[in-house]
Amino acid sequence: MNFFRKQSLSRWLIHLWFIIFSVFCLIPLVYVISISFSTESDLAVDGYRLIPKTFTTFAYKYLLKSPDQLITGYTVSVTVTVLGTVLSLLITAMLAYVLSRKDFRGANKLSFFIFFTLLFNGGLVPWYILIKKYLFIGDSIFALILPYVIMPWHVLLMKGFLSEIPLALIESAKIDGAKEWRIFWQIVLPIAKPAMATVGLFIAFVYWNDWWLAMLYIDNEKLIPLQYMLYRIMNNIQYLSSSIRPGTVNIDISQFPNETARMAIAVMAAGPILVVFPFFQKYFVKGLTVGAVKE
Amino acid sequence: MSYQTKIHNSQPLANMNVKKKNTFWREFLRHKGLLALAAPGLLFVLIFNYAPMLGLVLAFKDFNFRKGIWGSDWVGLDNFKFFFTSDAAWQVTRNTIFLNFIFILLTNVVAIAFALMLFELSRRAVKLFQTTLFFPYFLSWVVVSYVTYALLNPQMGVINQLLTQFGFHEVNWYMEAKYWPVILSLAYLWKNVGYSTLIFYTGLMSIDKSLYEAASIDGASKWQQVRSISIPLLSPLITLITLLQVGKIFYSDFGMFYFLTADSGALYATTDVIDTYVFRALRVSGDTSMATAIGLYQSLVGFVLVVTVNYIVRRFNKDNAIF
Repeated sequence: MNFFRKQSLSRWLIHLWFIIFSVFCLIPLVYVISISFSTESDLAVDGYRLIPKTFTTFAYKYLLKSPDQLITGYTVSVTVTVLGTVLSLLITAMLAYVLSRKDFRGANKLSFFIFFTLLFNGGLVPWYILIKKYLFIGDSIFALILPYVIMPWHVLLMKGFLSEIPLALIESAKIDGAKEWRIFWQIVLPIAKPAMATVGLFIAFVYWNDWWLAMLYIDNEKLIPLQYMLYRIMNNIQYLSSSIRPGTVNIDISQFPNETARMAIAVMAAGPILVVFPFFQKYFVKGLTVGAVKE
Repeated sequence: MSYQTKIHNSQPLANMNVKKKNTFWREFLRHKGLLALAAPGLLFVLIFNYAPMLGLVLAFKDFNFRKGIWGSDWVGLDNFKFFFTSDAAWQVTRNTIFLNFIFILLTNVVAIAFALMLFELSRRAVKLFQTTLFFPYFLSWVVVSYVTYALLNPQMGVINQLLTQFGFHEVNWYMEAKYWPVILSLAYLWKNVGYSTLIFYTGLMSIDKSLYEAASIDGASKWQQVRSISIPLLSPLITLITLLQVGKIFYSDFGMFYFLTADSGALYATTDVIDTYVFRALRVSGDTSMATAIGLYQSLVGFVLVVTVNYIVRRFNKDNAIF
């Protein structure tokens, strides 16, 4: 009895701890959302608040009044994310599957070939020059997709999962005369659904969240993805306020009308993640057995 | 084939090498289908990961965009000399290592503790907490910079409101370098702890349940089980993750350092890291060759670090080493 009570007490403490921690994790996000639904004048008077004093969707309406830039941002981000994820997931899975085949003795050498790039690389500059000068994909949608197609870490994650597929299954298919390509499509991929979902989600977020490639390679205004647009908006306003020398005057930020609109854009950029994320939850633990990375 | 067997018969010793090579290629040929599957991926690795390594020669050249990588003039070690004699070299190296060391230590210790705690809870509870812990991981640093801005904005920010409420002075966060190691550590923890926790949690899940059953039959307390089952069996994974992070200790999460600090020059003393410095050398001051040299320095030291740490780990416990 005593034992039981002690157990459940510690459980409650753990629950409580995680609840408190989760709340602290979420509060900053709530602030951002709350600001986006506030009025500029309230912010100027009271500063940011956890719950808006007067609830308004003005910032969103304001943004949607001249939505051209926003539409461009969404279109580019969605296109890059969809194309990139499909391409990257397929090629990653194909590569990882080969590396996971225990009857293929070259697999270890190839794994090292991939793994080595996690340990040593050419650094930013040669990579930048290669893409900008030699691959002829700079300032095009390809510059936003191709560099991320193979990420060694995703290959290793995927390999860890796929190596749990029993070899007997593949061998029996081979005896039935199936070619490698067919085995991969018809046997491996269906079994690997949790891994595909997990790694696919990671890849999708890499693409969705990317500003880096746009920052390095994109000059064309029509190819600016949402995240980079978000950065430029933040940067722009800071540029405005920092051009007034600090110390000389008290900068009245409320003069810039888009305090709330900026946060609204941030919400709109992060929003799709909030929507998609829960659907992939169930696959995470199953798909993330990194323990098996080490083969 | 017949040629091979003939040599094999006449010169058994000298032939060892040839034979080994042949089986290697034969193995590859036997798995033509598999190689075809791997080919696109390997091609991408070759182009985007290996080809840039050739570009490292730039570290010893004076790069001229028109002349290209091969046409530019050699300058020996000048790029390195220029960097290492500047004040920035020490500052960015120190910031990079110091901050990353804190990040690795903090995140892993917290994540392991979280994983061990989650392991005691029911699956339903785990799923709930996992969602909230993991969510920030999927936000980009740009979005996170809006979040930190909401907290740190000098006029309207949440932190300054709290400070004044409790009678402290407001802080102009984007001008005061000394606070940033703490701010960045917390931001890093906030964003990454969920992911690390999940990795360690899946590590715990793969431990054989019967070990715990046997231990509790023998009367071992929860704490004893953690100490003598969970931690030891988790240690290869902990080592793997830590080693990979140590190998990256010379690299920083560029987005965090660039966006969260709003690239504010006033904060460079504690927040300028090798990656941000290289980026500015490349994009702002246009010193491409020096940026390459720093990149090479970064890569080499990182590589040496991993190999050394791995060697040390190997001497203590062979199973924990990664190669």
